[in-house]
Amino acid sequence: MKFTIQINEGPYTHQASDTAYNFATAALAAGHEIYRVFFYHDGVNNATRLSTPPQDDRNVINRWSDLAAKHNLDLVVCVAAAQRRGIADADEAKRNGKNADNIAPGFRISGLGQLIEGGIQSDRLVVFGD
Amino acid sequence: MLHTVNKSPFQKNTFESCIKHAAKGSAVLLIEDGVYAALKDSAVSAKVQQAMGDITFYALEPDVNARGLKGKVMDGINLVDYAGFVDLTVKFDRVQSWL
Repeated sequence: MKFTIQINEGPYTHQASDTAYNFATAALAAGHEIYRVFFYHDGVNNATRLSTPPQDDRNVINRWSDLAAKHNLDLVVCVAAAQRRGIADADEAKRNGKNADNIAPGFRISGLGQLIEGGIQSDRLVVFGD
Repeated sequence: MLHTVNKSPFQKNTFESCIKHAAKGSAVLLIEDGVYAALKDSAVSAKVQQAMGDITFYALEPDVNARGLKGKVMDGINLVDYAGFVDLTVKFDRVQSWL
């Protein structure tokens, strides 16, 4: 079965990203396909590679990047939510006249249409938030 | 339909809204702080028991255990792990997250 997962909250403040990650790994372990993970609202904060949690804590951002690399996942960050919160890839940084980008490996910035398309193409859309 | 509730019923009214809206034959999965609705002898446990005739209740066991609530969950609530969570989303054709 195909899943799209929507995450509306950032790491560490809420449990949403942890629950979504555990759900995603369980779905992949059961042989399901994750069509897309869409990061919306404060969920875009899961996509900054500048996050540096203490070494004895889980690294929420790297965990998503590693899962994406392992299973070829499509991690999509909402562009409008990302601009507001200072999440940028090289193109977005250049377009908005910023001197740095911070997107983590495996994530890409795109529009809300990607969420709708994910909902259409998948058998299930599961939302995690606060 | 599968409903998920992630807030304590003592913090927000999403649990109460959920069980009022959930149709007969649907399921409610309690996750994160939502698992507090699964406690026995609480202020909401009578409401949960009343709804059990029409709705099947589940609680995410890792979240129950993380909060030290193991052994305090009322009878009739089914404990599932993340694999069980995935199975529920497969079994029901839609998932409504009460946030």
